[in-house]
Amino acid sequence: MTAILQTVFDALSLGSLYALGALGIALIFGVMRLVNFAHGDVIAFSIFALLWPSTDVVAAVVAGNLPWFLLIPFVLAMGAGLSVLAEIVVFRRFRNASPATMMIASFALGFVIRYFLLMLFSSRPKSISLLPALSQPVEVLGARIPLLQLITILTTIAILFGLTAFLKRSRFGLEMRAAAENFTMARVLGVRANRVIMGAFALSGALAAAIALILGSQTGTADIQMGTNVMLMAFIATVIGGLGSLPGAVIAGFLLGAASVAMQVSLSIDARPFRDAFVYGAVILVLIFRPQGLLAGRGTKERV
Amino acid sequence: MLSDVTIRYGRLTAVRNVSLSLAEGEILFVTGPNGAGKSSLLRAIAGVTPPAGGRVDFADHDVTGRAPEDIARLGLSMVPEGREVFGSLTTEENLLVGTGMHAKERNWRARVASALEEVYETFPVLKERRHGQAGLLSGGQQQMLVIGRALMTNPRLVAIDEPSLGLAPNVIDLVYERLIALRAQRALTLLIVEQSSTRAMMAGGRMILMRGGEVLLDGDARAMGQSEAMQAAYFGYGEQA
Ligand SMILES: Nc1ncnc2c1ncn2[C@@H]1O[C@H](COP(=O)(O)OP(=O)(O)OP(=O)(O)O)[C@@H](O)[C@H]1O
Ligand SMILES: [Mg+2]
Repeated sequence: MTAILQTVFDALSLGSLYALGALGIALIFGVMRLVNFAHGDVIAFSIFALLWPSTDVVAAVVAGNLPWFLLIPFVLAMGAGLSVLAEIVVFRRFRNASPATMMIASFALGFVIRYFLLMLFSSRPKSISLLPALSQPVEVLGARIPLLQLITILTTIAILFGLTAFLKRSRFGLEMRAAAENFTMARVLGVRANRVIMGAFALSGALAAAIALILGSQTGTADIQMGTNVMLMAFIATVIGGLGSLPGAVIAGFLLGAASVAMQVSLSIDARPFRDAFVYGAVILVLIFRPQGLLAGRGTKERV
Repeated sequence: MLSDVTIRYGRLTAVRNVSLSLAEGEILFVTGPNGAGKSSLLRAIAGVTPPAGGRVDFADHDVTGRAPEDIARLGLSMVPEGREVFGSLTTEENLLVGTGMHAKERNWRARVASALEEVYETFPVLKERRHGQAGLLSGGQQQMLVIGRALMTNPRLVAIDEPSLGLAPNVIDLVYERLIALRAQRALTLLIVEQSSTRAMMAGGRMILMRGGEVLLDGDARAMGQSEAMQAAYFGYGEQA
């Protein structure tokens, strides 16, 4: 019983990461039909922003010793800031370019961010201790769950509710939803294109930073590659969920998390290293039968 | 308002050197057969399709090449061809999308509320379906919605592409009644594209007739409706003559 519960929590917390990542990608796709492959590098950047440039293994922390109520906003602001900067410096120039061109630009931007970090910090992962209080276990219904896992799940749920409320209730949310559905018509009604797109980038960057905080606390390391796997899974989740559909992205993120953990548990020891191959196999099956995604988004409709 | 405007799509010239001026409070009907360039003209004014040549002025500003949201903020409300309802939003949310641009003004909330009531008064169906998904409205209801949406922002100029499309005749009457009343109330300028000149002749006002990207005739709607030139332009008799 407790083993099952443990597995469920594993699935939920992994799914949370994928869901947050997928949401960040879907938000930007919604307003500008850009699949942002630099998202994973924004994740890494948000954590490295806490460190002094150095090539040592033990990180020289600049801001990491901040109390949590300053540390968290700082990291979120870093993610949001970099993301908005990317929009202003790079993506704004590609507003009217084809989705393929924008995607390539995002790859290029990702490389720039990654090599910038590489230059300052070298490729060796650094040990950091972010929010160390969170690594102790707590008991939930007899199962011992790391506190961090619990917080990850609860935070993700809180973010999802908060974001939904924001999109449904606020003026900005209304404009963003209108722009995501029909960008030109929203502009004809006076909605400022730049503001909406920058808002989407800021939200997406903050979501990337939230992932960075979770990953950093979980692993105790800052690694330039740390966002890569989440980004890949998150991208797959947005495709399965139907590109541009926010609920679809979230649901698919949790499904992928569950599938990964289920494979991990059920595959024989020999097959476990190939877990991801099985997950991707399942993804291909889904896309064969529902090429428009599980929850078809409006996103794939042409912009007018 | 427009001087010497040319609009191209690739190598196709949709509008050729059109000049047009509109007085405040005027009502102008733009008519002409399919492909005449009427919708293109409207999109150029709204900044959706920037012209390849010429100049567009609106509200004492040169708005050539300006962004649609900037032109909207100067007081243009455009209802494009094909409705463009935000289908995933509710009816009321659709009506509210455009109201944000005046959010800094005094009494904004009160004015939005009264504009909303006015729209609901004109189109009671919209009130019934206010919290329903707009994409599920019927074609005619969506047409009412986009016209209502354009009136929500207290515009100076309302430009509508084929308002009568898909509406029952009595609803068309209602729409025109409302537009003309508004025009009288707040010196609203109207630019209305219609396929047929019948409406223009009924409502009166000025009318231009376009064909092949050019303005063929410009004058009083009622007088023009009777003329031979009108028939010729529509059915292409002029070509043989
Ligand atoms: N986006 C576009 N790309 C290419 N060509 C276009 C585009 N929009 C319009 N055209 C062409 O421009 C010309 C004028 O089109 P426009 O839509 O302005 O005509 P219209 O007078 O509104 O016709 P209708 O009464 O059928 O709506 C047509 O030949 C049309 O094929
Ligand atoms: Mg047209």
